[in-house]
Amino acid sequence: MSAPLPLLQVSGLTKRFGGFVALDNVDLHVGAGERLGLIGPNGSGKTTMINCISGALFNDMGGIRFDGQDITRMLPHRRARLGVARSFQIPKPFRSMTVLENLRVPLEYAARARAGQRHIIDEAMELLESIGLKHCAQHNSAGLTQVDMRKLELARALAVKPRLLVSDEAMAGLSSAEVDEILEILLALNKRGVAVIMIEHIMRAVMRFSQRIVVLDAGHKIAEGTPDEIVSNPDVERAYLGE
Amino acid sequence: MKSAAFWGVLAAILAGGLALTAVLENEYYYNALYLILQATLMAVAWNILGGFTGYVNFGSAAFFAMGAYTTVALNKALGLPLPLLILAGGAVGGLVGFGLGYLTLRLKGVYFAIATLAMAIVIETFISNWTYVGGARGAYMLTPDQHLWFNSYIQMLFMVMLLLTLAAVAISRMLSSSRLGRGLAAIRDDEVAAESAGVPTLRLKLVSTTVMGAMMGVAGAPFPYFVTFVDPVSAFNLFIAVNAIAMPMIGGTGHWIGPVIGALLVGSMQEIVKVTVSSELNVLIVGVMLVVFITLAPQGIVGLVRKHWQRRKS
Ligand SMILES: Nc1ncnc2c1ncn2[C@@H]1O[C@H](COP(=O)(O)OP(=O)(O)O)[C@@H](O)[C@H]1O
Ligand SMILES: [Mg+2]
Repeated sequence: MSAPLPLLQVSGLTKRFGGFVALDNVDLHVGAGERLGLIGPNGSGKTTMINCISGALFNDMGGIRFDGQDITRMLPHRRARLGVARSFQIPKPFRSMTVLENLRVPLEYAARARAGQRHIIDEAMELLESIGLKHCAQHNSAGLTQVDMRKLELARALAVKPRLLVSDEAMAGLSSAEVDEILEILLALNKRGVAVIMIEHIMRAVMRFSQRIVVLDAGHKIAEGTPDEIVSNPDVERAYLGE
Repeated sequence: MKSAAFWGVLAAILAGGLALTAVLENEYYYNALYLILQATLMAVAWNILGGFTGYVNFGSAAFFAMGAYTTVALNKALGLPLPLLILAGGAVGGLVGFGLGYLTLRLKGVYFAIATLAMAIVIETFISNWTYVGGARGAYMLTPDQHLWFNSYIQMLFMVMLLLTLAAVAISRMLSSSRLGRGLAAIRDDEVAAESAGVPTLRLKLVSTTVMGAMMGVAGAPFPYFVTFVDPVSAFNLFIAVNAIAMPMIGGTGHWIGPVIGALLVGSMQEIVKVTVSSELNVLIVGVMLVVFITLAPQGIVGLVRKHWQRRKS
């Protein structure tokens, strides 16, 4: 019996910015329903990897398959409709819209293709409740606090109703209690079968969350393994602490 | 505004227009009203792309002129009636809008704006050299004899323009609260985020440029009958393009009512100044108002009203 195909299969991915190689021949895979941690020092290429997976950037070499389908040259909105969702490290709210309307967009566009049009507003409110933003549903999203903006960023990714969610430092700047809140949300989502790639600098969160961790350094994958294996990996220590 | 109230107001305005033609003879007023309505229609059209979608178009006059010259060409070739000419003008304007969108899909910000300007120049050059429609020397239009039950042809044109403008306002309002409208707003706010929310940004931008172009083509289609003599200078007038940008900015681009308010305000002032002072001052008025609003109230009149309401609430 062969192993089931992974949900996401990134092979030999290379991305350059001019002469600078941001990702160099990186392989990455995520199984259906898996929880993967993606870590690495600043500038190691994590966000660039997410940009390539979500389609915000096209990679120069290598291939990306999602659910058996080649998505390497697919536009981002089509990937979103297939169920690839991402949150942005630097929040990008739809600033002219209320918090609720921010969720309507992915619900009406990305999720509708798969889930059909149910009660969009109800769904949006449920999502806001689960993430703790219900009280500001009618507020303008441009006026949110940094913390609430991060929550909105995550909520909007959830509104895509993803099969794979990539969360790019969603917990930066949150208090310890809020980090736990977000962790619970992501764990609950994962329980429903959604695969999650978590990019995070808060080690406590990544270690607790991830079943497997991939470490990037200067565009290279330098380690991969369970949280325990990663903690005791000398290469990883070197990358984080410097020589 | 509630839907019932909105449609009620539209119906009342239409009825008001009809009543006016029954009691008021003086053709001057219909001339002035026609120009104000034409500017309103252009402003509403501009706002679909400029306000809702966030792409600034400097070439509005070219779409308007395409509508006008479609009328000139088809009138000469086939002698079509006005309603068909308006449809044709809309179709040609929409096609040009689609073409513009297709060629500039990946241009952003100032580059897109410059491309619209370049497009306008290309189209004007083409029309100026097309002798069938009069080329640079222009073409005369005969005013048709029939004007339905109206007292004069200009009265009928005024009613036609009123109807077209109200239709455009209704479309713009429906659009702004629809799924499509939210997709356009998402593009305006952040294109990358819009894509990752599943919004097909390239396709929606095409829809937006096409609808804008079609509305402007419609606005231009009756113009040859209104002026009875069209040449590139009048049809591609910079004033048309400036008004189409300035009026939504002054009224407020974020809301469907913004361009309507801006056009009615600025358009009326222009018509008043035209008779009381001089028509040379028109450009000055819109220029000064634009500068004042951009510096003091970038959200336009709608933004000012909103701010005032919020302050009263809290
Ligand atoms: N659009 C871009 N243009 C040029 N260089 C970029 C761009 N995006 C990222 N980079 C560079 O690529 C490297 C990796 O960046 P990034 O993926 O954001 O790292 P991380 O998310 O791991 O901190 C950095 O050196 C960054 O400066
Ligand atoms: Mg990053």
